[in-house]
Amino acid sequence: MNTKATKELSAELVIVGGGPAGMAAAVAAYEEGIRDILILERDDNLGGILRQCIHNGFGLHRFGEELTGPEYAYRYEKMVRELNIPFMTDTMVTAISPERVVTAQNTEYGIFTVKAGAVILAMGCRERPKGALNIAGTRPAGIYTAGTAQKFVNMKGYMPGKEVVILGSGDIGLIMARRMTLEGAKVKAVCELMPYSGGLARNIEQCLNDFGIPLMLSHTVVEIHGKDRLEGVTIGKVDEARRPIPETFEYIPCDTLLLSCGLIPENELTKDAGIELDRITNGAVVDGDRETDIPGVFACGNVLHVHDLVDYVSEEAAIAGKAAVRFIRGEGKKDISVQVKCDGKVRYTVPQRLTEIADTRIYFRVADVYRDMKVTVRAGDTVLYQKKKQKLAPGEMETVELTRDMIDKAQGLGAPIEIGLI
Amino acid sequence: MKIRELTCIVCPRGCALKAELGEGGEVLSVSGNLCPRGKTYAIDECTNPMRVVTSTVRCESGAVVSCKTSRSIPKGMIFDVMKEINRTVACDGLKIGDVIIENVLGTGADIIATSMG
Repeated sequence: MNTKATKELSAELVIVGGGPAGMAAAVAAYEEGIRDILILERDDNLGGILRQCIHNGFGLHRFGEELTGPEYAYRYEKMVRELNIPFMTDTMVTAISPERVVTAQNTEYGIFTVKAGAVILAMGCRERPKGALNIAGTRPAGIYTAGTAQKFVNMKGYMPGKEVVILGSGDIGLIMARRMTLEGAKVKAVCELMPYSGGLARNIEQCLNDFGIPLMLSHTVVEIHGKDRLEGVTIGKVDEARRPIPETFEYIPCDTLLLSCGLIPENELTKDAGIELDRITNGAVVDGDRETDIPGVFACGNVLHVHDLVDYVSEEAAIAGKAAVRFIRGEGKKDISVQVKCDGKVRYTVPQRLTEIADTRIYFRVADVYRDMKVTVRAGDTVLYQKKKQKLAPGEMETVELTRDMIDKAQGLGAPIEIGLI
Repeated sequence: MKIRELTCIVCPRGCALKAELGEGGEVLSVSGNLCPRGKTYAIDECTNPMRVVTSTVRCESGAVVSCKTSRSIPKGMIFDVMKEINRTVACDGLKIGDVIIENVLGTGADIIATSMG
């Protein structure tokens, strides 16, 4: 019988996840003077999902140049290695307690615990899987999420198929339409349930239009055909209530169906720790420091809310990293409590509450495509700030800057700050 | 006079551009761009569209390393460049920035590694 006691480690700062968020948080914390950091990463190397995102377009904000995903990730990996920030790979975190004891396992220590001064959650997100989509028909081989196909093609060098239909026009789906085409596959259509694409305009241009791949808006896959291997899909147009219209059904032969139907922050650990989640973002509710409702537990990157650009992930992670250091040193100040609400047209904001009178950038997403609107910041009936926007779309994250003055006024009025569109 | 509508692909903002074209297809003016790179993009796109190609290359060990063209290449040559990349076997131990194919098909662009082999 194995009676070996569970190994008990400790660290001032434990970071769960070694992707772009975790690494940027670690570097920021190091720069603030903390050395006793431990990054726990379940994959075999640092870098997270960027390792398989071989396309370019990363880093324009952060580094002022256009990098591919692996290049962007390596910039941070290099910093982590050169600064000798401790990290463990092939290590899976299984629990985080409200007292900030992190339980993890790997082949070296078996199950072990790390008592942390502060914890930063940086677990990223995962794709909405086939099971969540309720598509009728058979369950043959040849159906993958776009990200799984991306890993096969870009990291393993395998092509999942030759004739492809893609459901969902999120950025990964668009990127994979181009990638499969470049490697010789025929991408027959990208179907999008909504009347607009969830991807960036530049990706529709350079991934679909460049190769003549049709983007079929308000279309979905209604049935899957094939016994062992996928043989085809039936697609159809949907009405305003997103119900398929039978007269429009069309059979498309294909051997591969890729799903790019949304990303879900990976918050099992967060939930189990009892941290309050936002039901829109599926991430934790946080303040301007990205601190959750458990003191000393912070969240950043795609585990908090799904970002369009890794540059913003790095920016947010640095906020969390610095704030975690203030917490460890007992310098975190929480002098106010002002809620940040949205009007429905604005679907969510991050942060969702403010605990400090300081200039704060609010990130938000809108619920639909809107043109010629004014982004409006209000406290009660008082309009604190307005700015014009020609176009807002759910696929593109927006920001608005709250100044100390605005937060001070809202605090004085005793009203929540509301971000809306007029 | 002809107007061509474009989506700028230089950065994630994706500006909606309008290029005013003359008789011979030359670009007379560009609007809708929020930065000077958008203007350059519109002019290139109407006269000689260019793209950066990103892909992967097989190494001797069988591992896969990601790569890209070191600068943009004519859009019409994308598939020719892909063929060159796919018939290349790179050496093991590549580092980011290492040249895998020099001046691919005379485009002036090298194929360089974007991950560590």
